[in-house]
Amino acid sequence: MTAELGLAALWLAAALAALQVAMAALGLARGQAAPTAAVRPIAIVQGGLAALAMAALIALFLASDMSVRLVVENSHSAKPWLYKFAGAWGNHEGSMLLWVTILGLAGGAVAIFERRLPERTLIATLGAQAVIALGFYAFLLAASNPFARVSPAARDGLGLNPLLQDPGLAFHPPTLYIGYVGISVAFSFAVGALVTRDVGPVFAKAMRPWVLGAWIFLTLGITAGSYWAYYELGWGGWWFWDPVENASLMPWLAATALLHSVTVLATRDGLRAWTVMLAVVAFSMSMIGTFLVRSGILTSVHAFAVDPVRGRFILVLLALYTGGALALFAARIGTVRAGTTFTLVSREGGLVLNNLLLSVILGVVLIGTLYPLVAAEFGVQLSVGPPFFNAAAGPIALALMVAMAVGPLLRWRRDDAAALLDRMIWPIAAAGFTGAGLVALAPPGVMPLLGLSLAAGLAVASVLPVIGRNPWRTPLFTWGMVVAHLGIAVSLAGMACDSAYTAETLIAARVGQPVRVGPFTVRLDGIKPVIGDNWSALEARLSATRDDDTIVLRPQSRFFADPVTTTSESAIATFRDGQLYTVLGRPDGEGRWQLRLWWKPFVTLIWFGGGLIALGGLLSLVGRWRRERRAAVREAWA
Amino acid sequence: MRRVLLWTPLVAFVIVLAVVASGLFRPADRTVRSALIGKSLPDVTLPAIAPGKPGLSNASLRHGGPRLLNIFGSWCIPCAAETPQLLRLKAMGVPIDGIAIRDTAPDLRDFLARYGDPYRAIGDDSQSRVQLALGSAGVPESFVIDGNGTIVLQHVGVIGADDVEAIAAAVRSAR
Repeated sequence: MTAELGLAALWLAAALAALQVAMAALGLARGQAAPTAAVRPIAIVQGGLAALAMAALIALFLASDMSVRLVVENSHSAKPWLYKFAGAWGNHEGSMLLWVTILGLAGGAVAIFERRLPERTLIATLGAQAVIALGFYAFLLAASNPFARVSPAARDGLGLNPLLQDPGLAFHPPTLYIGYVGISVAFSFAVGALVTRDVGPVFAKAMRPWVLGAWIFLTLGITAGSYWAYYELGWGGWWFWDPVENASLMPWLAATALLHSVTVLATRDGLRAWTVMLAVVAFSMSMIGTFLVRSGILTSVHAFAVDPVRGRFILVLLALYTGGALALFAARIGTVRAGTTFTLVSREGGLVLNNLLLSVILGVVLIGTLYPLVAAEFGVQLSVGPPFFNAAAGPIALALMVAMAVGPLLRWRRDDAAALLDRMIWPIAAAGFTGAGLVALAPPGVMPLLGLSLAAGLAVASVLPVIGRNPWRTPLFTWGMVVAHLGIAVSLAGMACDSAYTAETLIAARVGQPVRVGPFTVRLDGIKPVIGDNWSALEARLSATRDDDTIVLRPQSRFFADPVTTTSESAIATFRDGQLYTVLGRPDGEGRWQLRLWWKPFVTLIWFGGGLIALGGLLSLVGRWRRERRAAVREAWA
Repeated sequence: MRRVLLWTPLVAFVIVLAVVASGLFRPADRTVRSALIGKSLPDVTLPAIAPGKPGLSNASLRHGGPRLLNIFGSWCIPCAAETPQLLRLKAMGVPIDGIAIRDTAPDLRDFLARYGDPYRAIGDDSQSRVQLALGSAGVPESFVIDGNGTIVLQHVGVIGADDVEAIAAAVRSAR
């Protein structure tokens, strides 16, 4: 019954999305009042119905209804309830339903809360939003129905990939999807503004909270995903330049650029065409990301084949949306009035530089990710890995750090290069001092040295905008910028430390044998079997000693019976100055056990910085919201 | 001029789309083209591990005609799934030599007794040394070598029922 209810809600939502498109088109073409007035309520109900369908799917997973194919294939009655819950979107169909649910809810939120935009632009925006939703509804109903039944019902489910049985999974995909969908709202605003030729500060202000919100969630999603890969995959790395990771990084890069250009548009009315272009690019990147992950086109030789029909469907959607938006851009943007201009040395100039550098990094990542496909066209098989990305994107990223240090210290419209150098004296001093100190004490490689020096300079430069100001009178969004930029510096320092000072030991150890790694002596005390909810494991007891302090770590090698899989559960001890990371490998049959040990100084800064970046975004969002509410109250009084 | 420039993003997008689309519609080709094809086998000296079967050495591999060299292990479940295809190849007259990776004599004996024994000789590679020298990443993996010990074909993964013909043909043409 629940399954049929969910399916009915999904069909109804799809029908309403079609109606929403039709009403918006009628309202825009004829300018009639009735269809125009209908668009908002339709958008709200459509969002509600999509949410109802998602709720039905979650209920089916929680109840372990084994007459539903998706539950059978992805769940198991013995699973802990959190993974049953998360299992609802830990698969293709469920994740697509989650996508469209968030999309529907976002459309409803725009319909309820957006009051600044001119009516016509808003209607065009909601129409564009419904076109996107319609594509995904069609995809779900035609090629990936999550509510399909099996007859007869199965006795129990097949389980969920054990790698995915992790609290992180419960929140990682929804976080990224909220980010992707937020970007799709920004895209809809851009399309709406192009349709009515209404590109200006009002449009930028309406779009900004969605870009900021999406960016916060993408930041959180990437940070969490990176930490998940770090502790769950047991390789000690935090970023692998895997296509799936790049799929989340590319929209983030585009959204970061958009975030900065939308501010120029909102405050100075500049960069009109560029901002619209970035909104289109950011959404295309999130579509390409979804396509790459879902089609399986770039999976490695060891992965199982993915249904190509789904890949084709998403590709068609990508072609329609991005192609349509780019054609609209080319046809319309020439008729949008040019905005205000500015000189090269100015805050705007700094933001343009930031945008260009971000775009170049985005291009590098996109080329690296798609290059294997291009090469396959010419019959060459290859994969592009960290050597390319680090060498190509690293130096540009460092240049971006310099631009980021300088940018906030520039004045709007016009500034003086000599005066700027004056303001930069402390950051330059900090960078130089750090660099010299490192070379003298513990010389790292060239890139880590540059990274650590720049991180120090950037950290100082980031806080300069609030130095000497009354903290309570400083707008919250200025604090947001300061915290986010500081977060980048912190994260950069963590990355550089990890690449320069990590100590690694790989050894076959006997019980009782001490092993050195970094400042630690690690002893294998023993191995014992342990039993979990739906796995059994061999667990090592390791005692790690540094300066007379001893702690115990218990890495596991886990065996899942259903489906048969082995995973290594690393054990990580976090200290103020870094992490000790331990992995238990296989026995060699002669009483020795393979151990991988890493000492990673200050590696936690990477994710701590990621958290700061997201916090900065949140402060900006709240700050902008408060200022606009105050402005609205003032207007109401005046 | 400027108006034309505005269409460049769309053109660039269409090109990317075309590449991606053709990648998607081209039948998936997941074979790894080995850099080893045409090269000589590395040095091989592997002791015997199964009773009544010789081990493998440079001398035995570089003389005595083309054959299939199969890398496997009794602990490897896909290898058991592959054995029926190997038995078919044997029945078609293809000589098969095996390299047992990280195996023990009792386990191997049970494996051969349970699933069948297509091998003429089996070398014991307890430390995966030859496997690494061959550039093989996992088990099962198979190489077709000609009479002089030169590699003519590399097959990564399980030999499926569909692959039997191609492998038998490769061994025939290596003669």
